[in-house]
Order: sequence, then structure tokens, then C-alpha cells
Amino acid sequence: MNFLLSEEQLALVDSVTNLLRDKCDPLRVHKIFDALGDAQFDAELWSALCEMGVPAIIVPEENSGLGLELVDVAIVAEALGKAAAPVPLLGHSLATIAISLAGSDAQKSKWLPLLATGEALGTVAFCEGKSGWMPDEWTMAGLNLTGTKTLVPNAAEADVIIVGTADGLALVEKGSNYTTARVNSADRTRPVDTVTFDATSAELLPRGKETAAHLMDAASVLLAADSFGGAEHCVNMSVDYAKMREQYGQAIAGFQGLRYQLVAMAMATEPSRGLYWYAAHAWDAIPDKSSHAASQAKAHLTDIYLQVTRDTVEAHGGIGFTWEHDTHLYMKRAMLNWAWAGTPSRHRLRAADLAGW
Amino acid sequence: MELDFGTEFDTFREEVRAFIKGNWPPADGNLKSHENERAFVMAGVDRGYMHRSIPKAYGGSEQPSDIIKAEIIREELTKARAPAGRIPGNGLVVPVLLEWGTEEQKQKWIAPTLRGDIIWAQGFSEPNAGSDLAALRTKAELTADGSKWIINGQKIWTTHGHKATHMFCLVRTEPDAQKHAGISYLLVDIRQPGVTVRPLVQMTGQKEFSEVFFDNAETPADMLVGERGKGWNVTRSTLKHERSGIATMTWSLSMFRDLVKLAKEVERDGQPAIKNPRIREELAAIEGQLMSLTYSTYRATSHDVHGRDVGPFQTMPKVYMTDLAGRISKLARDIVENDFVDMGGERLKWIERFMISLSMSIAGGTSNIQRNIIAERSLGLPRDKSQGATP
Repeated sequence: MNFLLSEEQLALVDSVTNLLRDKCDPLRVHKIFDALGDAQFDAELWSALCEMGVPAIIVPEENSGLGLELVDVAIVAEALGKAAAPVPLLGHSLATIAISLAGSDAQKSKWLPLLATGEALGTVAFCEGKSGWMPDEWTMAGLNLTGTKTLVPNAAEADVIIVGTADGLALVEKGSNYTTARVNSADRTRPVDTVTFDATSAELLPRGKETAAHLMDAASVLLAADSFGGAEHCVNMSVDYAKMREQYGQAIAGFQGLRYQLVAMAMATEPSRGLYWYAAHAWDAIPDKSSHAASQAKAHLTDIYLQVTRDTVEAHGGIGFTWEHDTHLYMKRAMLNWAWAGTPSRHRLRAADLAGW
Repeated sequence: MELDFGTEFDTFREEVRAFIKGNWPPADGNLKSHENERAFVMAGVDRGYMHRSIPKAYGGSEQPSDIIKAEIIREELTKARAPAGRIPGNGLVVPVLLEWGTEEQKQKWIAPTLRGDIIWAQGFSEPNAGSDLAALRTKAELTADGSKWIINGQKIWTTHGHKATHMFCLVRTEPDAQKHAGISYLLVDIRQPGVTVRPLVQMTGQKEFSEVFFDNAETPADMLVGERGKGWNVTRSTLKHERSGIATMTWSLSMFRDLVKLAKEVERDGQPAIKNPRIREELAAIEGQLMSLTYSTYRATSHDVHGRDVGPFQTMPKVYMTDLAGRISKLARDIVENDFVDMGGERLKWIERFMISLSMSIAGGTSNIQRNIIAERSLGLPRDKSQGATP
């Protein structure tokens, strides 16, 4: 039985983790988070990750990529989630996946090499209204797109936007006729925009229609992976604090009430690792289980992440409720993970449908 | 990353299947006969399929440890509903004998235990020694001539005490020694006048446990395993398991499948209960928890197979499954509505499960004791003896 990471995968996680230790310590994340004006990603960190080849992971070898799998992106997403890294991996990876699975040869050879190196930034525009995340809820149509997409990651910076439409997936280039407005989103580590299209010229990805659901599943997997990393970090942070903080003349880790709270957090988090691994693996290798597993992972992990961040505040007491502490960075990432690509409740009902209940 | 066992094990699985097919069900069709069961287990030992970690000299099959082979054997035996040669109490005493028993004790007790000719009960808990086991008071005194122990006291929560022929128990032999140091590990024939076994009726109405009273019961001096006063250490032996955790996880899976079936069968507002959004969503939420357990178990097994550290998950499955069983039985309650109070009705099984799921939070270490273990071993929190931490 080989349900485990390969030596190469462990090495990949190691090198990303080392890079993050250098370039993405909590002080740096706070600095990015607190920058005046509209939220921005950390361009320096992103270019270091690009240099390392992170965006090339999922790009096929014939398009100058590494030709690896979603599970490889997911374990990197976990590491980024752990560090609350302010980088646009989610939208960029999804745009890359969309073009490599659904694009024409011309679209692939134009965009994938640029996306692989990070010379071009990609993103995806899915949601219409407050909850229209799923392909059957996309109403914009045709090759001249008109309408509004919400919670689009880094649309203002993106060179290419993959738009979910009633006709499948459409590709919109920077400079076309659309406007972006940065949302005052809680999570300032991963900025999102509202994008208004006004007869914007777009080209269709030839296999967009049949790829849309699979693409949404990839989104679920990556959010689940990020959530696992973030939740695990919050558990570790709370455990470390309990060992260090003293009250009544002893470390508070000695108090059984708190110990059981910490255990409950770990018990919610640690076993969910297997679920996100499975969802990533199913996306790569078990097509008939993939959507169900992705929805289950998205629902379960994002739910847990948000709850664990609340528990983390409790475990830290007053300091955990402050702006200067790390916890709120994680809670706000957990909030975006919870909402983006559809709430846990919607994904559970989707999983139930897919299970044939 | 892959989930199956790999094709290199296909031949092995075929061999196991062929063996089972040739030997079970037994020729006379009697599935309950002890003789038939014993013959099957003995044949399994000959083939190296059972009692794999026990030396041949003591009746085992002495196979190199292989988690995957063990799992394949278990799966095939379960599929064929064939005996696996496992009796709960017996599985606990054999490792102790192997590690601490004299050569004579090993020769005398292990082989008949493996054959199921002896059935062991565990005599650990007492009315005033539950989680704090070392507080036990049942005492054993050596007679003046040193030939036998005289035992007085009471044990409780003895699983299948009325079926057992023998008991391995912890008794206080050194009344003046400090708590843990006064305890010894004794073997006792419980089919004797000085021993009274009284079944305890559980809240479900079933009788799986007993109280066992010792009133000047006797056991020969050479029934002491390990040294006098070292019984606490003796109990800490465990077999070099081939256990993967997959078996216990499968139990949760089958309970969940039953729940889905129930939700499809029972009508609510003119349609199957499973169509009700609240039930549907809770069912999916439970499935998410179950999938987490399932794939983390596969991950843990894979790590064991490859000699990698499993990490914090190691200590978690028991409490996780206990929570899961509680959550499953509560949703079943919500589905059956009024049938939930009818012990004579068609949903009795779910009423029993609602109660039995609680026994999981007690048996084999309460959930709170398990949480202490998770806190110390998985989270690395400091040990705290005053709070019942593991010694």
C-alpha cells in the first residue's frame, strides 16, 4: 500500500517550506496584510516561488512545464496555507489547469509557457451573485461577455482571465473591455475583485464545457489543502502557546480543560489530511470518484479550518483577539476558503447528489 | 500515491482464497462447532495464515511481519465469514506469556490458548479501580508453605466472564509497597468453588460483562507471571502487531452503510427521509468524517509498511470512531422518530446502537483517558500524573 508522498514530493514540500521560512515569516505576512490601500499580493515571494518552478508543476511537459499532478500542487498549497502566504497560487493554478485541459493547441502554446514561468499571471472568474459558483449557475454567454463576476482573485493584476460561462470556459486577455474593483475582503493575503464585463471580447476554450466541473473540483481540492495547512498551523500555534504561557504558577498546558480543547482541535484537523489527499488523488487518478471526493474535502476541511481558528482565539485568550497576533490572518483566510467555490453546506448537498442518495 | 495493495500481492490473495474455499464452511456444515473451528484454525496455522507472530514452538506459524499480507488474510476470512482464530481475552494474554512467562508456562498455556481450548477473561478493573487501575485492592497471599496463592476480592467489567475458563488478573501481593509496586500478574482457573461469576445486565438488556468474586480462591504458586510486585510492567507487553487499523475502520463503514439504507427506507413527509435536506446534509457531513478516518487509516498503514512515522494520527482512531458512532446513531434517531422508543419494534437495532455507541467511550480506556494520551503523545503536552496521565 502506497498511500503516501514519494521522496520527490517530500523534497518539493521541503524546498517550498524552506523558502517560506526565509521569505514569508509572520512579520512579513503582517506587513503585506497591513499595507495601505488595496490589498496586494507579495510580488517578491511570488517571483521566488515562480523561480522555484511552482507554477510549472501542473503544466504539461510539452508546454514547458513539469507535467506533475494536482496532488503536487495541493501539497504546495498546504505549505502556503501553513504560512498564510500572500500569493496568487489559487487563481493562477486554476487558469493554468483550465487552459491545459480545455484549451486549443494555439491557446496552450501561447499561454502555458508564460504561466509556467509566472511571466503571465492567470486567474479565474466563476461566481455570479452571492453564491453562483457552479457551472449550471453561470449565465454569461457568447463571445462578447456582459455581466459581473464576484470574488475573482487578483483580476486587476491578471494577464489572462478564464471566465465560467453558459457556453463553457472563455478566455479574456488583459486590455479587453472590463473593469475591476478590489473588494474590501477580510482576507488581505489573497485579494479578490469584482469584475464587470461589458461586451468584452473573449475566446472559448474548445473543451471548456466538459472541463468546467472538473476545474471547480480542482478549486475545491486546492482550498481543502490550504485549509489543512492553515488549521494544522493553528493547532501547533495553540499547543506551543499553552506550553509557554503561565498562569497560577504553571504552564496552562497543565489544565485539563484547555488540554481537551487542544485535543479536540487536533482531532478535527489531523485525520482530515487523508481526505484532502484522497480528493487530490481522485482528481488525478479516479475520475468517477473525483467530484464527490472534492466536494467532501472542500466542505469538511473549510468547515474545520474556520472552527479551528475560532478555537485558536480561545486557546490564546486576549492576545489571540488582537490585530497584532497571527490568528486573525488565518481566520480571515479560513473565511475566504469557506465561501470561495461554494459553502460547505452546498458542497455537502452536491456530494449527496453525486452519491446517488 | 496509490490506494491498492499492488499486483505483487494478487497471487498471495488467490492462495488465501483457495485455502479458505477448501476448508470452510466445514464438511458437515456445522459452523458453530468448536471442533470445526479448531480444525480450520490449525490448518490456517499450518499454512502460515494465522497466529503469524507466535513462534512455532508454541503453536503459532512464526511468519515474518507483513501488514499487507495480514490485511489480505483478514479481508478474505471476513468475506468468507470464516473463523480468524481470535478470541479477545486470549489475544491479550499470549503476548504477556511470550515476553514474561517461564519456558514451562509458555509450553503449558500458549498452544491450548491459540486452539481456543482455553478461554481467558481479563481481571483488571474493580469497583474502585477504573481509569485509576493501580488503585486495585483484590489481594493474593502466598500460603506459608509457598505452594499456592489465596485470592480475595472482586473484579468487574469482565468481558464474557461466564464463557471463560481462566482469568489473567492483576492482584495486590505486596500490601506494604507503593501503589504500582504492590501488584502482581496471576493466572487463575475460574471454574472453582472460590470463584463466583455474576453477569452484569447492561442498559441494552444484554449480558456481555460479569462481576467476578474471589472468596479464598486458589491458584498454584507457579501461576505467577513475571516477578512478584512487577505486574504493572508485565501488562505493558503488546505483540508486534500486524494490525493496520483497517479492520476497525471497516466497522465504522458498515455502520454508515446501514445508516444510508435506513435513510432510504424510512418515509418522511411522503418521501424517503434521505431526501430531507437536513438529514441529507448531516449524512454527507458524517460521510466526510468517515472518509477522513478511512483515508488517514490508509495513509497510516502505508506509513507503517514503509517504516515511516505515522505522526499524531496514531493515537486518534479510537476517540474519532467513538464520536463517529455517536453521530451516526443520533442521525438514525432523528430518522426513526417514534420508533426510537419502541424496544419491541423494527428499529430495535438502532436503539441498541444508540446505547452501545456509548460503551465505546468507556471500554478499553475512556474517551477522556484517550484524550490524555493524545495530549501527551501526539501533542507533546507535559505529563500530569494528577490528571490520570498514562504512567
